[in-house]
Amino acid sequence: MNAPIVRLYGLLILLFAALVGFTSYWAVFDSTSLKDNPQNRRPLIVEQTVKRGTIKTADGVTIAQSFPEGGGKHPVYVRRYPQGSEYGNPIGYSFIQVGQSGVERSENPTLAGERNEFTSILDQLRGVPQEGNGITLTIDSQAQRIATQALQQAIASTPGASGFGGAVVAMDPSTGAVKAMASVPGFDPNAVKDPKAFKSLNRASSGSPLLNRATQSVYPPGSTMKVVTAAAALDSGQFTPSSVLSGHSPQIIGGAPLSNAGGEEFGDIDMTTALTNSVNVYFAQVGEKLGTDTMFKYMNRFGFDQDPQLDYPGSQMAPSGIYAPDGSKLLGPNDPIDIGRAAIGQGQLLASPMQMAEVAATVANGGKLMRPTLVQQVTDPDGRVTRKLTPHEQSTVMSPQTATELTDMMTHVTQEGTAAGLTVSGGVTFAGKTGTAEIGDPANGINQPWFIAFAPAQDPQVAVAATIERCQGCFGAEVAGPVATQVMDSLLK
Amino acid sequence: MSARNRELLALIPVAALVTAGFTAVFIVDSNQIGNLSLIYGGYFLVVCLAVHLFIRARLPYADPYLFPLCALLAAIGLVMLFRINDSLALKQASIFVAGAVLLAATIVFLRDYHALERYRYLIATGGILLLLATRVPGLRAPVNGAYLNINLGPLSFQPAELSKICIVIFLASYLHEKRELLAAAARRVAGVTIPSLKHFGPLLVVWGASMLMLFYISDVGSSVMFFGAFLALLYVATARFSYVVAGLVLFALGALLMQSLIPHIGDRIDIWTDPWHSKAVGAGQVQQSLFAQADGGLFGQGLGESLLKLPGPFAPHCTQPFPDCGSILPAPHTDEIYAVIVSDLGVFGGAGVVAIFALIAARGFKTAVMARDGFSKLLAAGLTAVFALQAVVIIGGVVRFIPLTGVTLPFVSFGGSSVIANMILLALLLMISNDARRPLPERAPELQLEALPR
Repeated sequence: MNAPIVRLYGLLILLFAALVGFTSYWAVFDSTSLKDNPQNRRPLIVEQTVKRGTIKTADGVTIAQSFPEGGGKHPVYVRRYPQGSEYGNPIGYSFIQVGQSGVERSENPTLAGERNEFTSILDQLRGVPQEGNGITLTIDSQAQRIATQALQQAIASTPGASGFGGAVVAMDPSTGAVKAMASVPGFDPNAVKDPKAFKSLNRASSGSPLLNRATQSVYPPGSTMKVVTAAAALDSGQFTPSSVLSGHSPQIIGGAPLSNAGGEEFGDIDMTTALTNSVNVYFAQVGEKLGTDTMFKYMNRFGFDQDPQLDYPGSQMAPSGIYAPDGSKLLGPNDPIDIGRAAIGQGQLLASPMQMAEVAATVANGGKLMRPTLVQQVTDPDGRVTRKLTPHEQSTVMSPQTATELTDMMTHVTQEGTAAGLTVSGGVTFAGKTGTAEIGDPANGINQPWFIAFAPAQDPQVAVAATIERCQGCFGAEVAGPVATQVMDSLLK
Repeated sequence: MSARNRELLALIPVAALVTAGFTAVFIVDSNQIGNLSLIYGGYFLVVCLAVHLFIRARLPYADPYLFPLCALLAAIGLVMLFRINDSLALKQASIFVAGAVLLAATIVFLRDYHALERYRYLIATGGILLLLATRVPGLRAPVNGAYLNINLGPLSFQPAELSKICIVIFLASYLHEKRELLAAAARRVAGVTIPSLKHFGPLLVVWGASMLMLFYISDVGSSVMFFGAFLALLYVATARFSYVVAGLVLFALGALLMQSLIPHIGDRIDIWTDPWHSKAVGAGQVQQSLFAQADGGLFGQGLGESLLKLPGPFAPHCTQPFPDCGSILPAPHTDEIYAVIVSDLGVFGGAGVVAIFALIAARGFKTAVMARDGFSKLLAAGLTAVFALQAVVIIGGVVRFIPLTGVTLPFVSFGGSSVIANMILLALLLMISNDARRPLPERAPELQLEALPR
């Protein structure tokens, strides 16, 4: 019986070896993917034992701070947001109960103080408690407050807007720094800690306050899109500001008649006149003459049709572009597209407020689009600055000459065109473009008002895009215009 | 050096491990653990010394490494339990005293284990009745869909732990008597060896009854363990691999049938194949088990350092003490103790525990090889196989090698029935090895060692 006993032992040794093999697989070889598994809350729990870095605005206002709770030798740190709902978007929240969003999520490794194995062992030996890095945002607290208030006021005072939201984004055109990003309705990140409150904020009837409308929502941009079309027309060399086309309304575009706003008639007009008065048929013809490929080429340079490059969670940013009718995917130049309507920001073209702010910033910055960012600098626990905003060019969209011509045309818009009633800083010359996108059947008169602008026109310091989701029989200049100009005022002081 | 002095020397690492382990956990967690709890370790070491002295007096020739290896497992278990909740370590140390007393009682009262051969049907019936008692109204209490416990007032007992010894004793004695008949008196039909039903019958009946019972009480883990021990003994007795293959095929068919008939078993398999998407109760335990091991890495987070409970303000409101409530990893002290070991001590810690089981198996099988009569050989091999298989079943479940089923990790997991039953198992192995290694008057003991096959 001895031989079978020895063989039986051999079999058991094989089984034991398999156990060690499986243990090694989970603990070493597959451990990274297990730690990244969304069902694994352990990393998040461990992070709560680290004092998370503080988030401040560019002018030093504290937005997010961690405080010890529970006491004892191993305290747990809980996040507090002293500014409340003003920064719910874009800063987001970080709580063990509900997870993370916004900057709290995109900058989590920095805030949680993730370090390599070696330095963390050194710190452990030195008895230094692990601590996260502080972040200074590019956001200006005054501009953010005014952006939020202006949006709320516009929604409250505009017929047909109540119950809907809006967003505004302001940027420094030369650096890509986001100076203000407001989304209304907002939410108080302190309240999210309670899973019940979090659930109710997620309910459809709540007005979706957790949605960052500046980056996550895409809307028809209406006539603000004409800036993109004009840039393509001028920079491709096929048009000049004085190129003449018929302003007759209606005209057949994409196989169906297209009218100017209010059915207004124009004769043969040049591009400056067409932009100043936002003539739909002119730019629809330009779009068709340029063709889908040229339009896509320039849209792409502006950042359309691709993942947005803002340092923000990917799941909280929607790409802008021409969407399939069911909204399921972005269409390419080879798909059947009504490019004439896309050229005036209608049809299936949808853009985020962030994207339209980038359009204004590109023209303001001499045709160069700077990669947008929310982080001014990172400070380690000892107070050393370890990372600083370095402006990075995302793409060269158009030549400086095209940008100058376009700036001149957009200045006409604010001086004698659709935005003539608006002023910035008591009379600074500024450039802008209004937009009034039709939502649903034009007969209902439901529109989405837009305004994109930059100021001062000759030495741009700030570029902005503002929109309100709905209004009844209104125009971009009267609803979205004041929101944009107030934000610019606050940043030009 | 005499066997007993070697045994005493081998207990030194056990003492070192308990001392170092308790100190390390105490330093990490001193704000939550009372100073008094440090003596639980000393308490345990005194019990070990007492058992050693008892073996020295009663079984002078017994294998010198069996007891120290088991004590090493118990020491690891005690340190881990101390790390999970210091009051568990106190309870476990007390259970150890009871186990040690039973070990001594077994050795004193049984005197000659060959007597067990005569009572084999009584023992088999007893083992099966013990299992049945879990379904008796008033005594039963299902845990996670399985009927594992007998409740006698405040005491709760898992009969499967004891009946595994009963079944092994029966199988060893029956196979000892019939092994030649089973191996030889077989007909070959179409190239397949078929044993005579006359001799195989009682074996199949007893085995079948216990298997049915196990499925009836839904204890899959024990059932796999019993079946494995059955096949192991059958193979050792007959040396016919074809019986093992036939048995495995039968088992696979049975499992397939049971999977569809008993939801509890189907759930376990469902969780095993895809723990991430399984809706079955218990999927979370397998997920958490793997997450805990992923935190361990090669060397672990350090004793007492891995994440076990939600910190401070996140902890849920509990009326029951930790770890019954508030543990991220369900059942860290019983089913999942291996995951806690890997999380704290890494792959090396886990491999160390597995290695100790491999060494115990080596000593057990060596005892079987050295034993001088067939019954002793079969009994030693069977007891060793069932002990090792229990470790394979639970560790295999924790590391997702096989579906997770609730059996204890012998000597390591928290639990009275497990420690006590395994102490009795250890007592039997020590008695067999004492017999096997006792020098014969006319022969030198060294010659016995030569009996090891190559």
